[in-house]
Amino acid sequence: MAEKFTKSMARNIYYGGSFFFLLLLFGLSVDTVRQLPKRENRDALTEQVIAGKGLWETNNCIGCHSLMGEGAYYAPELANVFDRRGAGNEAAFKSYMRGWMNAQPLPIPHRRKMPQFNLTDEEIDSLAEFLIWTSRIDDNNWPPNIEG
Amino acid sequence: MKYESQLIAKPYFIFAMILFAGQVIFGLLMGLQYINGDAGFPYIPFNAARMVHTNLLIVWMLFGFMGASYYLVPEEAETELYSPMLAKITFWVFAFAGVATILGYLLVPYAELARITKNELFPTMGREFLEQPTITKIGIVLVCLSFVFNIGMTILRGRKTVINMVLLTGLVGLAVFYLFSFYNPDSLTLDKYFWWFVVHLWVEGVWELILGALLAFVLIKVTGVDREHIEKWLYVIIAMALISGLIGMGHHYFWVGPPRYWLWMGSLFSALEPVPFFMMVVFAFKVVKERRRDHGNKIATTWAQGTAVMAFLGAGVWGFLHTLAPVNYYTHGSQLTAAHGHLAFFGAYAMVVMCMISYSMPVMNGRLQGNSARAQKVERISFWLMCIGMLGITFALTAAGIWQVALQRLPEAGEALGFMATQTELTPFYVVRLGFALIFTAGVITYFTSFVVANYDGKKQLSDNANVVEKMA
Repeated sequence: MAEKFTKSMARNIYYGGSFFFLLLLFGLSVDTVRQLPKRENRDALTEQVIAGKGLWETNNCIGCHSLMGEGAYYAPELANVFDRRGAGNEAAFKSYMRGWMNAQPLPIPHRRKMPQFNLTDEEIDSLAEFLIWTSRIDDNNWPPNIEG
Repeated sequence: MKYESQLIAKPYFIFAMILFAGQVIFGLLMGLQYINGDAGFPYIPFNAARMVHTNLLIVWMLFGFMGASYYLVPEEAETELYSPMLAKITFWVFAFAGVATILGYLLVPYAELARITKNELFPTMGREFLEQPTITKIGIVLVCLSFVFNIGMTILRGRKTVINMVLLTGLVGLAVFYLFSFYNPDSLTLDKYFWWFVVHLWVEGVWELILGALLAFVLIKVTGVDREHIEKWLYVIIAMALISGLIGMGHHYFWVGPPRYWLWMGSLFSALEPVPFFMMVVFAFKVVKERRRDHGNKIATTWAQGTAVMAFLGAGVWGFLHTLAPVNYYTHGSQLTAAHGHLAFFGAYAMVVMCMISYSMPVMNGRLQGNSARAQKVERISFWLMCIGMLGITFALTAAGIWQVALQRLPEAGEALGFMATQTELTPFYVVRLGFALIFTAGVITYFTSFVVANYDGKKQLSDNANVVEKMA
C-alpha cells in the first residue's frame, strides 16, 4: 500500500462505506417487504397455513429437511413436495401426507429414519396447507426440476 | 499478563473447548447417520444431533469471543476490567443456560421442549440455528447485554485503540442483530428474509469485525510490528467485509421469494466477499515477514497465519464457487453448501479462537514466551491434523455436492434421480468424509493433549528452577 494511503483515509472508507451500504440495505429491505405480499400470495395465508407453519417449527422439521433450499440436507426438499407428490391436486396431497406421516418410521434397515410425530389428521392437514402455500411462492423457479 | 482481571478469560476458554469436544462428538454421530440411517435412532434422531452440533458451535464461538474480549480489552485499554464479578456471574449464567438447553434437545422430543418452555406464548423456535427456546433466547440477550456493558465500560475508562473499537462495534452488532431472532412473522418468506439478518449479518458481517480485531491483536503481540501499520490494514479489511457483506446477503435471497433484483445484486456483491479474506492472508504473511521480534510462542503465529489461509479458502474460495446466481440455481441446498459451511466456520472462527487461546493461555499460566518446545510441537501436530481433516471433509462434501447436482438437478424430470436415491449413490463420499472426520477428531484429542504436556513441562521447569536455587544456596 502506498504511503499516501493514510490511516484516516482507511478509517473514512470503513465508516463511510459501511454507513452507505447499511442505508442501501435498509432501502432495499423496505422495497422487498412491500413487494413480498404479491410474490408469495399473502391473501392465501389462512389460519390453517399459519398453524401448519407452527407445527413445522415445533417439530423441528428443518433439522432434517430443507425448505426452499435452506435447512438440513439429510432429507428431501419440501418446498415443491406438493408438486412432486400431489401433482397439483390438494385432496390427493393431503391423503398422501396422512398416509406418509402415519407410516413413519419406515421399517427399512439402514435407511434414514423419519421419527413418528403422532400428529392428528387435522394437524397433518394444516402441515399440508402450509406446504401447498409454500409451493406457490414466486421463488424464481427454483428448484431446477421436480426432484428438488 | 499485565492485568489481574484478564484471568477471567480462562474459564471461558476452557468451557469453549469442552463444548467444542461435544460438537465434534455429535458431528461424528451425524457423519455415521449419513451412512447408516439406523445409527442412534430413535434415541438421538438426526434433527436432534444436528441441532446439538450447530448450537454447540454457536455457543462455543460466543464463549470464545467473550473470553478473547476479556483477555484483550484490558490489555488494549490499559486498565482493569470494569467488573470482573459481573464477568464471573455471566459465565455461570451462560454456562448453565447453555447446558440446560442442550440437555433439553437431547432428553425430550422437540415439540415437548416447545410445550414445556411455552413456545406458543411467543413462538420463536424451530428455525435453523435459532432453535433455542424463547427463554434461552432472552437469557442470551441478557448475557450479551451485561457482557457488552462490561467491555464497553472498560474501554470507556481506558485507552481507545482501533482494535478495541472494532471489537466493540463487532460485539454490539452481534447483540443487535440477534434481536431479529425474536421476529417470527407468519409469512415464511418474511421470516426467512429477516432470519438472515441474524445468520448472514453475523457470520459475514459483525463476526468478521471480531475476527479482524483478534487477528490484529495476536499479530501485534507476536510480531512487534508497528501498531499504526496494523490498524490501517484492519480498517481496510473490515471496510471491505462490510461493503461486500451487507448487500452480499442477497445471495441468500435468490430462491426464497424476494424480488428479482437480488439475483444480480447478490451475485455482484458476494463476488467481492473473498476480497477481505484475501487481504487477511496478505496482511498476516506480510506482518510476520516484517516482524521486529522473535516471539517464543511460534505456534500462536502458525494459528494466526493458518486462520487467514483457511478462512480465505473456506469463506472466500468455497463461497465464491457457488455464489453466482446461475451456478447457485443448481447448487443451492446441496452438499456443496455443507462443504462451504464446514471449511468457512472452521477456518475463520474456530481457528481464530484457538489462535487467541494459543497466544493467551500460556501467558495466563505465567509462560510469557509460550509453552515448552515439546508442547508446541504437539500443538503443531494437532494444527495440521485438524486442518487436513477439515480440508478432507470439505473435498469429500464438494465431490458429493457436484455428483448430487449431476444426478438429481441437471437431468430433466423423469430422468433425474430422486433425493433419497441420489443420497444412496453418494454413500462412498460420505464414507471418505467420516474418515477425515476421524483425522480431525484425532487433531482435537492431540490439541487437548498439548495442554497436558504444557502444564507438565511448566511445572517441571518451575521445580527444576527451585532445585537450582536450592543448590546454589
